[in-house]
Amino acid sequence: MNAAAARLCALGVGGAVALWLLVLNFGALGAVAWRAEGFSALRGADWAAVRFTLVQALWSAGLSVALAIPLARALARRQFPGRGVLITLMGAPFILPTLVAVLGLLAVFGRGGLVNQGLGATGVAPVSIYGLHGVVLAHVFYNLPLATRILLQGWGAIPAERFRLAASLGFSRWQMFRQLEWPMLRELAPGAVLVIFLICLTSFAVALTLGGGPRATTVELAIYQAFRFDFDMGRAAMLALVQFALCAGAAVLAWRVTLPAGLGGGMDRAVQRFDLGPGWLDAALIVLAALFLLTPLGMILARGLAQVPGLPWEVWQAAGRSLMVALGATVVTLAMTLALAHAILGLGGVRGAALEALGLASLAASSLVIGTGLFLLMLPVTNPRDWALVVTMLVNAGMALPFALRLILPGLREVAATQGRLADALGIHGLARLRIVTLPRLRRPLGFAAGLTAALSMGDLGVIMLFAEREGATLPMQLYRLMLAYRQDDAAGAAVLLLGASLVLFLGFDRWGRGRAGT
Amino acid sequence: MRTVFFATVILAGAAQADTPVLTVLAPDYFGSSWGPGPAIREGFEARCACVLEFRTGDVLPRLMLEGARVGADAVIGLNTDMTLRARGTGLFAPHGQNLGALTVPVEWEDDAFIPFNWGYAAWVYDRTRVETPPASFAELVAREDLSLIWQDPRSSGSGLALLLWVDQLYGEEAAEVWQALQARTVTVTAGWSEAYGLFTNGEADMVLSYTTSPAYHMVAEADETKAAAIFEEGHYFMAEVAGVLDGAAQPDLAREFMAYILSREFQEMIAYANWSYPSALPRADWPEVMRDLPLPETAIFLDEAAAEARRGPALDLWLEGMTR
Repeated sequence: MNAAAARLCALGVGGAVALWLLVLNFGALGAVAWRAEGFSALRGADWAAVRFTLVQALWSAGLSVALAIPLARALARRQFPGRGVLITLMGAPFILPTLVAVLGLLAVFGRGGLVNQGLGATGVAPVSIYGLHGVVLAHVFYNLPLATRILLQGWGAIPAERFRLAASLGFSRWQMFRQLEWPMLRELAPGAVLVIFLICLTSFAVALTLGGGPRATTVELAIYQAFRFDFDMGRAAMLALVQFALCAGAAVLAWRVTLPAGLGGGMDRAVQRFDLGPGWLDAALIVLAALFLLTPLGMILARGLAQVPGLPWEVWQAAGRSLMVALGATVVTLAMTLALAHAILGLGGVRGAALEALGLASLAASSLVIGTGLFLLMLPVTNPRDWALVVTMLVNAGMALPFALRLILPGLREVAATQGRLADALGIHGLARLRIVTLPRLRRPLGFAAGLTAALSMGDLGVIMLFAEREGATLPMQLYRLMLAYRQDDAAGAAVLLLGASLVLFLGFDRWGRGRAGT
Repeated sequence: MRTVFFATVILAGAAQADTPVLTVLAPDYFGSSWGPGPAIREGFEARCACVLEFRTGDVLPRLMLEGARVGADAVIGLNTDMTLRARGTGLFAPHGQNLGALTVPVEWEDDAFIPFNWGYAAWVYDRTRVETPPASFAELVAREDLSLIWQDPRSSGSGLALLLWVDQLYGEEAAEVWQALQARTVTVTAGWSEAYGLFTNGEADMVLSYTTSPAYHMVAEADETKAAAIFEEGHYFMAEVAGVLDGAAQPDLAREFMAYILSREFQEMIAYANWSYPSALPRADWPEVMRDLPLPETAIFLDEAAAEARRGPALDLWLEGMTR
């Protein structure tokens, strides 16, 4: 395949992916609006929801990334036994289903949780987790792992040669940070803030439960209400549009403050740091973060582990079904992401940026709107109920794509910048180039993205309730069914199973990605 | 695996050729082995010479989105807060049953929907933490020592029941009541599951649930510590209903299914299968654990039109009181 044909092919596949994203995000929204015969006006309470949504999402995103910077730095420059496992485990909160995460957090920070028990023993008045600070705490718990991993990759991507050069030039610690690490942060941090902002934008159950009441109403809850009680699809569509507008605004802002790092490539040598300060500060940071992220997981395990062997057979069956959906979604996501990323680089400039924004759009999409919209779109053509698992898989893939894109795009850009000319000169194009040049260098983000997608898809409840029937129950559905039937113990066991299955998927892919890496 | 799958499909097809299939749309929880689905299927199939097939999922959205294409004969598991919208689809046919046997505590004349079980919204507490539960809603509002968890009326059926309960008791003064409740509310959750989970994890003294909730703990867990506070003003009535779809391929079977719902056999089974009161069985004949639970004396209930009319104004008062 020659260069021009390869480029055309990449653009074609990328275009197909973009088309699917358009259908998923805007086609579905359009179908809902069309069915409602237009958008309806918003009420005062809706605007209050918009305000609260923005405030909590800004706090959550800002704090997650602000905390992730020192944490990722500490993890990037220290070596200790168990480091790899710790990094993987610390990614776990991000992949928890919301309900499980909330129960885990409350076992630590709730009224009867560990923290308040400790405070009670020392005679200090209990602290309440409920309120804006609780919402932010939960979102930081969720997203600190993601922010840390994004930045950790950034640190890992700074070529070892630069540190060596900087050290030989006698850089101070501050200069080292200013010249080597700051440009990387300028490139990655805005994107991380944006992604987390968008995740928090569509938060619903977490925000309400930990927000303590209607003051903590988010736009997504308003959408749910419009569907569930008012069946006002026009208002739901309008609210979804507002959510997209917020997303687009944030994306433009993040794009404006992002600066490409613009330094040359390296030879993939293991990084050696010459500017290590005192170790205790990094150690304290790592220990604190591990405690914050892992204690709630431990509490979930402690509550439900004993129940796992006695779980009803259907729960295991559902776990198998969820596993298949997760693996399917992973393959689809990676393929879509690679195609889209190539198309973004191929187009470049504003058109590339627009495509990139489209790749992020499903973060701001309401799964209720997507589900209802797809249902409406499929209705004239087929029976949507026959496609429950396929639709779930494709929607999950669309929902995971923004994360995968964020992880893979910088790596691909780097590969294109550092190896592109050599590959061109050698005439390596198309699939051969993908196999020989690109994929081996993307192994780490690919593994991480695959792990994330699989785990997220495993825990997703999203659209399936509208489509599923009969034997189609997934593991999260069974978890809810157990809770609805008062079976809290079995539900705790199912939560452990869900956590375990998500972790194994995540661990498996992630370890594969980091297999040969020195750091 | 694939062979087994196709074999099953073929066998199912063969079975279909001989016996008629009644397709019933039901909420997702009917699909689990521990839900009410299997017992209902077994009971009905034993008397109908047919196959009963549940299609589970979000019932109301499907009815509204798919209309006549929904492809079912009957519906079971709609809540009283959904009947107005379900009726509005025009998809329901008369159920053709005599409702004289109903024992629900409210007047029920409805030719589209039959209640198959019911319950009262109630504040459930843990005896080990609350020694003297409030005996009235007024006392609950005044008791500053109790912490509460409940559900948002904008996203949950039981939350909506509480909203209308307070609306009926306090009318225009509801905002003050909400303000007082807000002061001791730990949190308001999106759905019942989250709230009940938080309560059993010890996050609050009382949770908004149903008068029948303690029965589950007594029977399944031999746990006598959970109880519902019975209020002298009365409790909000909630029921789950069933109905026949207009375009039913098996209209006779669907009506037979409605008759089965009112039968003694179904009524005796449903209390355990769904942890609710039977709708057509005198209290004396209820299973012991339900019969022994304290029962509120007054039922508060708004029919669907009145409930719809009050929902908007009541929500405004709620928001006003809760965010003051």
